[in-house]
Parts: sequence; C-alpha cells; structure tokens
Amino acid sequence: MITDVTIPEPQAPLPGAGVNSSQGLLQWISSVDHKQIGILYLLMSLFYLLVGGALALLMRVQLMAPENQFLGPEAYNQLFTMHGTTMIFFVLTPAILGFSVYLTPLMIGANEMAFPRLNAFSFWIAFFGGLLLYFSFLAGGAPNAGWFNYAPLNQMQYSSQPGIDYYCIGLLLAGIGTVGTGANLIVTIISLRSHGFKYRYLPIFVWMVFINGFLILAAFPSLNAALVMLLIDRQLDGHFFNTASGGSALLWQHLFWLFGHPEVYIVVLPPFGIISEVIQVYSRKPIFGYPFVVGSGFAIALLAFGVWVHHMFATGMGNTMNSFFAASSMLIGIPTGVKIFNWLGTMWGGSIRFTTAMLFATSFLVEFTIGGLSGISFAIVPIDWQLTDTYYVVAHLHYVFLGGSLFGLLSGLFYWFPKMTGRMLNEKLGRWFFWLFVIGFNLTFFMQHILGVIGMPRRVYTFPNLPGFGLLNLISSLGAFLMGVSMLVFLYLLYEALRRGKRASDNPWDGYTFEWLTTSPPQLKNFDTLPPVFSFRPLHDLNHPEIGDHKKSTDDKYGT
Amino acid sequence: MESKLMMKLVVGSEAIFFLALMMGFVYFAYFPGFDPKSLALLDLTKTGAFTVLLLASSFTFWRAEISHRNGQIGSLKGWLAATVGLGVIFLFGQGMEYNHLLVNQLVVSKGTFATGFFTLTGFHGLHVFIGLIMLAVVLYLTFLGDFDRPQSSVISAVGIYWHFVDIVWVIVFTLVYILPHVVNMK
Repeated sequence: MITDVTIPEPQAPLPGAGVNSSQGLLQWISSVDHKQIGILYLLMSLFYLLVGGALALLMRVQLMAPENQFLGPEAYNQLFTMHGTTMIFFVLTPAILGFSVYLTPLMIGANEMAFPRLNAFSFWIAFFGGLLLYFSFLAGGAPNAGWFNYAPLNQMQYSSQPGIDYYCIGLLLAGIGTVGTGANLIVTIISLRSHGFKYRYLPIFVWMVFINGFLILAAFPSLNAALVMLLIDRQLDGHFFNTASGGSALLWQHLFWLFGHPEVYIVVLPPFGIISEVIQVYSRKPIFGYPFVVGSGFAIALLAFGVWVHHMFATGMGNTMNSFFAASSMLIGIPTGVKIFNWLGTMWGGSIRFTTAMLFATSFLVEFTIGGLSGISFAIVPIDWQLTDTYYVVAHLHYVFLGGSLFGLLSGLFYWFPKMTGRMLNEKLGRWFFWLFVIGFNLTFFMQHILGVIGMPRRVYTFPNLPGFGLLNLISSLGAFLMGVSMLVFLYLLYEALRRGKRASDNPWDGYTFEWLTTSPPQLKNFDTLPPVFSFRPLHDLNHPEIGDHKKSTDDKYGT
Repeated sequence: MESKLMMKLVVGSEAIFFLALMMGFVYFAYFPGFDPKSLALLDLTKTGAFTVLLLASSFTFWRAEISHRNGQIGSLKGWLAATVGLGVIFLFGQGMEYNHLLVNQLVVSKGTFATGFFTLTGFHGLHVFIGLIMLAVVLYLTFLGDFDRPQSSVISAVGIYWHFVDIVWVIVFTLVYILPHVVNMK
C-alpha cells in the first residue's frame, strides 16, 4: 500500500522570509534559507568567473605575440596568481557549494539545512574572504607567487608587498566557511532525510555531496595550517618556510598539496553527481551501476589523500617515494574510469534528448577523459620530469577544471535553472553558447599541450620567437577570446530568461528526484507531504507507477 | 543529536589542523636536534602542574554532565563554574610562561624551535580560550534556566570540544616538554 508521508511541522518556525523576487536586497542579506544562500553562492561564483576570466584574457593578450610588452613581468605575475586563486577558491568551490546547499535538502525531502544560521555564516565569511583577497590590489599589490604560492617565493624577502598576506587571510576565511558548509551538509544528509529515505535510495548527487563533505573536512585543515604558518613567517618573522634561516620550502609543498590534490576532487565530485542526474533524466534510464558510481566515489575520496607527492616529483624525493606515488596516482584513474563507463552505459540504448544540459554533460565525458589521460601521463615520473612547469600542465589542469568541473556545473545550471527561477532558458541560444564555448575552450587549451611538449615554460610573461611558439600562442589567444564572446552570450541568455523567459512547470524534464515535486521556484517551505520512497527515483515511481522502479527486483533497480 | 554530530565533525577537522602543526614542530625541533638553551627555559614542573589542572577540568566537566543528566541544577552550576575556573587558571599559567620566555629573549623569530613552539602552544591556547567562551555561555544559560530539563544535547556537544582540547594538550605537552628530554639524553 502506498501512503504519503506527512512532513512533521518543525518545532521552531522555519527561519527567513519567503523567496519572492519583489523583496529587496536586505531580505537576501539577512536570509538563512538554504535556497537563497545557494543562489547567493552561485551569483558569487558567476561574478568571480567574470573577474577571473577578464584576468585570463589580459594574460592571453600579453601572450598573443612573441616578445610582447603589453604587460610587464610584475603585472603578469599578479595576474596569473589572482586568476588561479580566484577560479579555484572563489568560482569552482562556491559553485559546488551553491548547488549542494540548494539541492541537498530538496532531494532528501527536507525543508532546511541542519544548521541554517551556520549556512549563512559560512557563505558570508567566504564572500568577505574573496573581497579581502581582491582588496590587495588597492593595498599595494596582489599576491604574485602563483596559486600554490611556493616557498620561498612567498617569503617577505621575495614578495615584500602585502598581497600574500591578503592571500593567507582571504583563503583562511573562505576555508573556514567551506569547512562549515561541508560539515553542515553531512549532518543534514544524516539527520534530515524524510521518513523511509534509506541511504541506498539517495540520489547520486546527494551521495557525491556526502562524500565531498568528508573530503572538505579532511583536506582544508592542511591548507589552513599552512596559511597560518605562512602568516607567522611573514608577520612575526617565523622560520617555517624561510630557507634562509633553517625553514623548509618542501614543508609548504607537502601541506599545500595534501590539501591541493583532494581539492581537485572536491571541485569535481559534485559535478560527477550533477552529470549522473542529468544523464539519467535525458536518457530516460536509471543510472547504470548505481553501487559502482557511489563506490568509486568513495574510492576516489580515499585515494585522493595518497597521491599528493606527484605534484612534487621534480623536487628530488628519491625513487622509493616517487614509485609509490606514481603507482597510487595511476590507481586513482581506475575509479574515475569506472564512472565514465557507468555514464556511457546509462546513455547506451536510452532515448537521449540533447538539450543544452545534456550537451554539456556529454562533452564533459569527452573533455574530462582527455584531461584524465594527460593526468595519467604525469604519474609516469620521467614524463613528469620532462613536462613539469610547462604549458602541458596548464593544458591538463584546464581540461579537468573546465572540461570537468565547469562543464558539469554548467550542465547542472541548465538543468536546474527552471527549478531555481521558474523560467525556462532559451535552448537555441543555449546551443550557441555551448558550441562557442566548447570550440573556444579546445582551441585555447589543446594548443597548450603542444606548446608544453615543445618546451614552453608556464608562468613566464613572454616568450622568444621560436618555431611554432608564435602561431600556437596566437591560436590559443583567439580561442580565449571566443570563450569571452560565448560568456557574453551566456550573460544575455540568463538576462533574457529572467526578464521574459517562458514560465517553467514544476517538472519540465520529467525528472526523477524530489526537487521536481515541489513548485518552481520552491516556496520557503519546500514540502508539506511526500510520497514514500522505494527506489532512488522516487518521483519517477510516483509519476509512472506502471514502469516504476519500486516494482523491480534489486538487481534490476541497481543495474547490477 | 545534530549538535553532537556537528561537534564531532568539527573536532575531527580540527584534529587534522593540529596534526599539521605538530608535524611542523616535530620536523624542525627533532631533526636538527634541540637547542639546549631554549629547552632549558621551559619549566617542566610548573607547566606540568598547570597540565594537571587542565585535565582536572575535564573531570569537573564530566561531573557537570552527570549532574545535568540527573537534573541536579545546583551541582551543574558548581561543576561548570569549576571547569571555567580551571580553564582560566591554565590560560593564566600559559601567559606567565610566555612572559618568562619573552623576558629571556625567546621570541617567535629566535629559530625554528621557537617558531614551532609558539605556533603550536599558541593555537592550543586559542582553542582553550574559545572553549572558555562556550563554557561561559553555557554557564550563563544554566543560570537563566535553559538546562533545567535533562534532554538538551548542548552540554554534551560542548563537552566533546572541551575534552578534545584537553587531549590535544596531553599530546602537545608530551611532544614539547617531555620527549625532548628523553631524546636529548641519548
């Protein structure tokens, strides 16, 4: 017998006011509603994406021609440092947190996060951390030692302007906020699932957010410790990383990459979850091999803490160390490869609708695999020695951060935009944006593989006119401008949808999970009643009882 | 239940933070070998006494939790006040020690040992201070009557943090004050 589950009234009234576009700025600033905070995270991410993108375009102008003098070396150092730091800490991280905070309570049938005020605090402290980082431009110069800020370049004698101090404080604040949200998400998933919502019925996205919470809790303390130690070095004349007075430059690298490598997975696991949802719905099939998608997520999370030294092969750690970390780095390709095949298996034989969201999800599979392959090549120590600190690394990391994380996030944005705003995005313009962005992206970064192999070092403000260098860099710069143009299309797309987009129904894509059950956009109180949960596609069971998963055997349900 | 779970997660994350600081300290202090002059400035007996007082505060807090569970509000107030008192005395002891070191020219910039020492003990002191703020809030709320019923999980959540701070100090005390003497004797 199927009966609806009534959501018990909360003991305390739900905090915050209703989501209503007619309400003012103050209402957004004071809100503790998870949906508004999620949207704030996404807006922050979009803002910094434009800023960080503008910095990148300036760099590409400088690199358009050999011996160019558009920017000096000092300005160039600040630009690439700020570009990397912004994109990782203030674009990708808030974007994954935004989707997590917005969707997790909706998908598990909850009306709020476990700690709504902590949620708001975490967002705002990260937001002000970003402002503080950018304040360094006014305070005498931005940080200029790269996003991973290697010692001893981060010391006073090499970088006496206050930029790196702002880097420390800004990232520390953002890091505290991230840890707060990570813990909040874990507690929410453990304690606020609606009645009968077993762990094996959790949507893949929620599983990835759950695993990601633990990754955040375990990875960020290393960065925070490294940042306070660096601040002590710079402000109190300490000796942690100062090689001139007995400190160790390698200690910084160990602490930074012990955070930095898991961080790569922190910004890619939720996009894995996003495209798992997107591919299922647009292929009209349940995910192929649910336990394998979840299990490989756990495997990635565990292995993430055992591979950091592959960022440090060139520091001369010796053969034992190098071989161990080469092996572990190759190992991590296995669970990632498992996931790729799960997604291909989900698409196989499905009736696929190539909406913009699905186009991004499909291109994710291609681009992320290219990034994964170039990543594996770094696990081979001699290749790493040859290619480290060249443009090959730049190409690789952009294929995983853009082709992986960002494509997943854009796919999620096109998929959930109707739910978040109650408006449909223009599919035709969406396609324009997709193709411009994908072509621009591949033009920009594919060339950089070749540039790296023929020996162009990264982080040098100009280059001599060697054969091939000029042409490849020119193509790369033109690709970057194409991406810039596509961002204008993207902004217009969002503006047009918000101003006069078609009204979205509650469930425009015939989705599988609970967020599509409530209104578009959801009211302050997400749900009054919920249907019972018998599979990981509860809404599909409700809307299509004749082919619902609740009637299937466990093997059929999970594709095992 | 939620606040306890939250506190456990935060404490787990904090443990990794302290682990990083401790690794930094061990890396610098143990491998080049200790500077005997700096080491001689640390007063093992005095700090040992304050350590005992901090551990005693874990005991008093444990008694406070039991009083709360049994609904004995009077003794809850007493044990909580004792916990706050012991914590304040510990911080006072740390202040005295810092003063002694600074007077003797052992400052952060004096060398890798001093940098590691002040960072590790300083961050522990900061955590004791944060714990004292939480305990003071709990004590204040007890006087307002918020914990008259034994159901609330706030006290046990604060307890998880306070015991964690004590355990960290046991490890720090061993690493900084006791082990160097053992290592140097060899």
